[in-house]
Amino acid sequence: MAVLEFIGSLVLLAGALFLFLGGLGLYRMPDTYNRIQAGTKATTLGTLLLLLGAALMVPGWAVKLLLIMLFLMYTNPLSSQVLARAAHRAGVPLTAKTKHDALAQDAGDLT
Amino acid sequence: MSRSLEPLKLFLTLLVIWLLLNGSVALGTLAVGVVVAGAIAVLFRESLSVLSGHKFTAEALVASLLYVGYFLKELVKANLQMAAIVLSPRLPVEPAIVATRVRLTHPVARLLLANSITLTPGTLSVEMKGDTLYVHWVVAKGTDVETATREIVAGFERYLEKMYD
Repeated sequence: MAVLEFIGSLVLLAGALFLFLGGLGLYRMPDTYNRIQAGTKATTLGTLLLLLGAALMVPGWAVKLLLIMLFLMYTNPLSSQVLARAAHRAGVPLTAKTKHDALAQDAGDLT
Repeated sequence: MSRSLEPLKLFLTLLVIWLLLNGSVALGTLAVGVVVAGAIAVLFRESLSVLSGHKFTAEALVASLLYVGYFLKELVKANLQMAAIVLSPRLPVEPAIVATRVRLTHPVARLLLANSITLTPGTLSVEMKGDTLYVHWVVAKGTDVETATREIVAGFERYLEKMYD
């Protein structure tokens, strides 16, 4: 029991670390799109690890936590994609480092 | 898999989620689940569920398992790569929005592809038009369609093609 709780704590800690890196990414990245990138990946894995840690500490919750993980994996990237698309449609500028924007070139074809 | 089985898949998906949420298969719980899932499956038989279009052949099921494994591996890789970029003082990003060609036709397969791309190393699905998926790439290895398709789409498409119609 204590072993599971110990491993669970470590997994929780790893999750918190990824969430912190996600926050740092939000602060450091140069434009909206890169911030969304940093935010999405880190929050997804970070939250999955938090839930996994909780499941290890309280095995009775495991099934429900697994369901939450599944919903999260479906909805998290979806909302990021919608945010990115809305930003691009609204003309939010890309950072000057951007090498190429295929979407702007083809924008005439998109209605 | 024929169209007539689609409502059955929706029914089973809903029922399994209901049973997992309740954590029991007591008669009352099961009965409520069957009635409600049945009503939803009948009323929304035209709508899509996660398994719509899934082939359910042995090959498709093996591909599904391999896909989940590949996805989790890519998710961890994505985070380590993102951590390396964020922690690097130089912030080595070379962003670009690139176009990729998608061969998948089923909407659920495309949803899974776009979601997977968003969660994997340095890529974010932005827009889809016809067979072209526009992807924002933090460290772009190339801006032409062929390179982008090979680097971003091909890995997942390999499995998804076998899983969905």
